[in-house]
Amino acid sequence: MYKVGGLLNRVTKNEIIKRYISSGTTFKVQNGNTFKINNSRGLLVNGVCSSSSNSIITSNNKSISIESLYNQRHFSSSKSQSKKREQDDDDEDNSKLKKTDKLVVQELKELIPVYSIMNQDGIVSQPDQDPNFSKEVVTKMYTTMVLLNTMDSILYDVQRQGRISFYMTSFGEEAIHIGSAAALDMNDTIFAQYRETGVFMWRGFNVDDIVNQCCSNDLDGGKGRQMPMHFGSKRINLQTISSPLTTQLPQAVGTAYAQKLMGEKNCTIVYFGEGAASEGDFHAAMNFAATLSTPTIFFCRNNKWAISTPSKEQYKGDGIAGRGPNGYGMKTMRVDGNDIWAVYNATKLARQIAVEEQKPVLIEAMTYRVGHHSTSDDSSRYRTIEEINHWKENQNPVQRLKSYMLRKGWWDEDREKAFIAESRQTVRDALNRAEKQKKPPISELFTDVYDKLTPNLVEQQNELLDHLKLYADEYPLDQFSNSTINK
Amino acid sequence: MLKNLVLSKSIKLTLNVRYFHSSTKLKSGGASPISYPSLEIENAGELQKMNLFQSINNAMDIALKSDPKACVFGEDVGFGGVFRATVDLRDKYGAHRVFNTPLCEQGIAGFAIGMAAQGATPIAEIQFADYIFPAFDQIVNEAAKYRYRSGGQFNCGSLTFRTPYGAVGHGGHYHSQSPESYFGHTPGLKVVVPSTPIEAKGLLLASIRDQNPVIFFEPKLMYRSAVEEVPIGDYEIPLGKARVVKEGSDITIVGWGSQMRVLLQAVHMAEEKLGISCELIDLRTIQPWDVETVCNSVKKTGRLLISHEAPKTGGWAAEISSTVQERCFLSLEAPIQRVCGYDTPFPLIFEKFYVPDHLKNFEAIKKTIQY
Repeated sequence: MYKVGGLLNRVTKNEIIKRYISSGTTFKVQNGNTFKINNSRGLLVNGVCSSSSNSIITSNNKSISIESLYNQRHFSSSKSQSKKREQDDDDEDNSKLKKTDKLVVQELKELIPVYSIMNQDGIVSQPDQDPNFSKEVVTKMYTTMVLLNTMDSILYDVQRQGRISFYMTSFGEEAIHIGSAAALDMNDTIFAQYRETGVFMWRGFNVDDIVNQCCSNDLDGGKGRQMPMHFGSKRINLQTISSPLTTQLPQAVGTAYAQKLMGEKNCTIVYFGEGAASEGDFHAAMNFAATLSTPTIFFCRNNKWAISTPSKEQYKGDGIAGRGPNGYGMKTMRVDGNDIWAVYNATKLARQIAVEEQKPVLIEAMTYRVGHHSTSDDSSRYRTIEEINHWKENQNPVQRLKSYMLRKGWWDEDREKAFIAESRQTVRDALNRAEKQKKPPISELFTDVYDKLTPNLVEQQNELLDHLKLYADEYPLDQFSNSTINK
Repeated sequence: MLKNLVLSKSIKLTLNVRYFHSSTKLKSGGASPISYPSLEIENAGELQKMNLFQSINNAMDIALKSDPKACVFGEDVGFGGVFRATVDLRDKYGAHRVFNTPLCEQGIAGFAIGMAAQGATPIAEIQFADYIFPAFDQIVNEAAKYRYRSGGQFNCGSLTFRTPYGAVGHGGHYHSQSPESYFGHTPGLKVVVPSTPIEAKGLLLASIRDQNPVIFFEPKLMYRSAVEEVPIGDYEIPLGKARVVKEGSDITIVGWGSQMRVLLQAVHMAEEKLGISCELIDLRTIQPWDVETVCNSVKKTGRLLISHEAPKTGGWAAEISSTVQERCFLSLEAPIQRVCGYDTPFPLIFEKFYVPDHLKNFEAIKKTIQY
């Protein structure tokens, strides 16, 4: 009797051969070698019979694991599959590694360079790499950035006045948002962290949508259940944002796998900060995407700060991009995040690789978080105003695109002033409308926990309704729509 | 196809017709093994003798066959799984639908959530329930809240996590745990524990097709020891419904999973030695649990004992006990008894003393009746 496979699965030698080698298909190993069973005793590892006993010794004394025989038999059912498998295996085979008799401690040597094609004066150093968008498209890109800035300024102040509970600005990262979003297809699924508002705006998420969510009113698609900035929209294919950092990364690998499974010509892009990349879920996602070969674009916004923690306290290696090629075997690019064309070109190429090769890509966009982390943060407590101003003045992504447009004669200061004034009005109007709007019905407190209300939830909902009837004056019922409570 | 034909009303006691083998350790005083009253599936069609892992394999086979978007994945599932639950599935459905993942539970869980959110049907395996904790954040903060936080725009309801749980005789700290309470405490999740091969298949198919994330705990002690005639067709057993395994009038006894056989043995002892009539209930679904069936039984018997392998403090018995006390106060004739694991990690050499075995349960029944 021999132990094979999992826990306590006892089979005879003949059964092993029948089950794993000759069952239904012809199987040849090493030019018709004969087998003998390695009669070692199963070791108990993690409560499971160790695979060390599950091997077959061929006549040339090469040990072949039963699992690998099983795999080979499986994939040899189709010739093309079999070849594919061999090729993949070769890529990972340790025997392909070069040998050396020199003992060398490997250290970080070369850093991955930053791809950048447009400077602060709007000059594109490599004109053949300018995507050459039309005046209309570039104007839309620029005005979306300005609108985002204007909205951020107003809503930041509005939060300070207590009219919304929380807000996060995107200052300094506008080119990342618009440049990457423009390179995607509307059917590509987006997972985001929380500082990607411009991506959503490019896709058609308008100021009203944003303000309604921040005001938690009944026009918020999320029914007012989450904090401001936690957007989600079926219409723009944005999976709803959640606060726990990096959880969206392995999820994005799963959605991409589903897209691949269903034969879609689309990909999933997932945005995250360099701080989030320290979470275990980053490792999980990168490794799953690489090994399962999913069309996922990992888009890291490296803005040098995770709240008060500078990136030098976040990692010691070559940033996030450095982890891609050697760490996970993933195609990787590092770009200037303040250069919209560099971001656009990188994302476009990443999308091409993801969709056509069905492989993941990592992009690290280098930028700087010009604003505070959030409305609950005062960043002057941990960094200097000089540092912020340096980035604002010399590496400003909005200014860079503006310079580009000025050079083309597509924009001028009058238009700028008028557009900012118009944007301010748009945001203020949206805010006024959103604040007047009722909050969602109180009954929505209980829906969507499950697909249907459970008996328990029906009971708890009734308890609340009875309670509110008793104390109707103590709760702000008039702010909520469709309130069925009788005062 | 028998899909959806099973109703809890169709339960019949079929003692000695379809037997459910009890292992020798459950024999009392050298008597013959106690038969577990099997569940009768209406219009079952062709039957086949299966143990628990085979019935689970059969359920996944049907799920993969009937849903082209269904995938089975996890650590070592490709070659058939360390408990053989996924054997032959990769051969039948291809390596793109039945595949190994890297060794990373948070990755498995996150990946499953994403697949489900994009409209596929992930059936993910966590190799042992003891190793589900690295995925706790993904399951509790993400899977459970996915629909709610999006206002119903998105959901990951098509996902199922399967995981072997419970005592196995020698599993020590990390191959024995019963973590159902951690997840029962999380709104948005369903938690299911089967107790027989027939139930495992029907409950697993219902879990896979349920539009909510489900954690399906498989009693690994029973993977091979539980054998019965299982219908080979497609059928589901509804979630959220307990099963009255055996009717009685003096005391209600509630358990789930592999504890059901321990409880049946205690019930037999109580009936033989003390002449007590016990009503035995298999809760089957931990969350949302069947309050109605349990409370109706307690209103009839006036007494309640709940037993689980997991530690007592914060265990699911506390939830049941408190709820029954709230709803059946006037019917209760004795304090509710909880016979559980002790508030210690699950020990290796002391397992026999740790587990809430039939003797501990018998004593608790006696105490409750004599109160």
